[in-house]
Amino acid sequence: MEWLITPFAANGFMVQALIAGMLVSIACAIAGTFVILRGLAFIGDALGHGVLPGIAVAILVGFPGILGAAIGAVFMIGGISLITRKSRLSSDTAIGLLFVGMLSLGVMIVSRSNSFTGDLTSILFGEILGIGKGAVLIQLAATVVIAIIAFICSRPFLLLSFDPEQAQVAGFSFRLYHNVMLLMIAITVIVSFQTVGTLLVFGLLIAPAGAGALLSRRIGVMMAWAAGLGTLSTYLGLLISYHFNLAAGAAIILVAVIIFFIVFVIQNIRLRRIQIPGEVTHGHEKQ
Amino acid sequence: MATKNNNVIAASDGTGQSAGESERTPLIQANRLSIGYGHEVVVPDINFQLAPQQAIALIGTNGSGKSTLLKTIVGLQPMLGGQLTIFGTRPGTNHRRIAYLGQFHASGFILPLRAVDVVRMGRFPLHGLCQRMTGEDNEIISLAMSTMGIEKLAEYPLRSLSGGQQQRTYLAQVLAHQADLLVLDEPTSGLDAGGRDLYLQAINDELGRGASVVIATHDIQEEAALCHQVMLLARRVVALGKPQDVLKADALLETFGIVVTGEKKHLHVIESRHGHD
Repeated sequence: MEWLITPFAANGFMVQALIAGMLVSIACAIAGTFVILRGLAFIGDALGHGVLPGIAVAILVGFPGILGAAIGAVFMIGGISLITRKSRLSSDTAIGLLFVGMLSLGVMIVSRSNSFTGDLTSILFGEILGIGKGAVLIQLAATVVIAIIAFICSRPFLLLSFDPEQAQVAGFSFRLYHNVMLLMIAITVIVSFQTVGTLLVFGLLIAPAGAGALLSRRIGVMMAWAAGLGTLSTYLGLLISYHFNLAAGAAIILVAVIIFFIVFVIQNIRLRRIQIPGEVTHGHEKQ
Repeated sequence: MATKNNNVIAASDGTGQSAGESERTPLIQANRLSIGYGHEVVVPDINFQLAPQQAIALIGTNGSGKSTLLKTIVGLQPMLGGQLTIFGTRPGTNHRRIAYLGQFHASGFILPLRAVDVVRMGRFPLHGLCQRMTGEDNEIISLAMSTMGIEKLAEYPLRSLSGGQQQRTYLAQVLAHQADLLVLDEPTSGLDAGGRDLYLQAINDELGRGASVVIATHDIQEEAALCHQVMLLARRVVALGKPQDVLKADALLETFGIVVTGEKKHLHVIESRHGHD
């Protein structure tokens, strides 16, 4: 019991990290739910890495990293949006190249300066244990903004996930709400990079939401599961990192991914037993 | 329209209702309309009107242009030439009045949605972004589900339903909209006999309620016969008119490739994929 509580009771920075991680988990739960439902995992990943040059340049010229991340994200969303509209190829190819290009650019900029080595690690893996009050407040604000966007746009987002054409016919512009959704994902990535790093945001974006998708039959419930599992991952990850002196960000993501696979296995076993009343409708079904 | 005499038995026993030309302004008016994707015209020179409370069936093989015409009507595809007005305005501006059933619902498999949530989406166009749903909405949703015989499946996840049950759910979604114009792409695909009967009854009820219907279908026997007009498509308009006039062997031969006579004076069609010429 002591093993589970003392690290937080005795260390202010651990509590701060837990709060930050919880806020990130909630933001990632909301954004990640739509990333999963709309099959935007790759775009989410690209956004996560594409912000790197923005962060690097910002740090190089002495601006806050989060500002650079925002500029990087705007660039990425613009690029992805353009590619999705214009590309006759699979847009995955072009988005992949954009993301690799941005990542390389970021690493190149970072490699210019030796003093950057420590920063690079913190950009990629976050510095959740060194998170300041200011950053926690920014995260709180961002999480609230994300929740408000998701609440206001719940109908178009649901329709987009169900069938983009249906959304368009129902009067919800595909392009507008698709971009709002990308923006929401981008905000999540930007605020989360300080905590878990750009490399690992992606994991927190899809692992808890993925597990949530397996566990629920309603989108709201899926989000709640994702937020809960994300928070649990943060807590367990911090605990492991504290006791075994391991990198906190990576530990959190690893726990999240392990939880996903546990849920995955359990659900596969359970689903075999569930019976659906095919007999409710008369006659036999095709397929 | 070709009306060559032939010894192949003509379509069903004339159940098509009278076209009853209405003086009211048409819901859909197409003049020399060209449809297609990008710069590729799929069907040129389409001319037809659809009056209130009437139904039109679009019949043709895959790639014949049926789905493209439906998408143009609901505003998903820009028209490539000519004129098309829906409710007197251009397509894509009448969200509250049009319900559309597309052919594919790719994501239905992973979405954590209950059947009732899917049907509920049919009310979204009427309420926009934030307006709350009322008890009346819920009644309409339940009614639509029982019309399609899926009221007992309301709480089940969509992904656990069979293909036919899912199709009934999508149809219930369309019915829940209570739209003035229903645009349906292959609405009976995957439906069993029971589902088909419920669907035909539902379409009749929708027409009775005052709605108009556009259906893309293979089913020339029941569905097309229910309609006031039939358009045969094969990357051009092969024929347009009342079902009893249009559903004749030579026109169908041109549309589908093969026509076979069957028992009980019913015409059976074997579909062959239509070439893209």
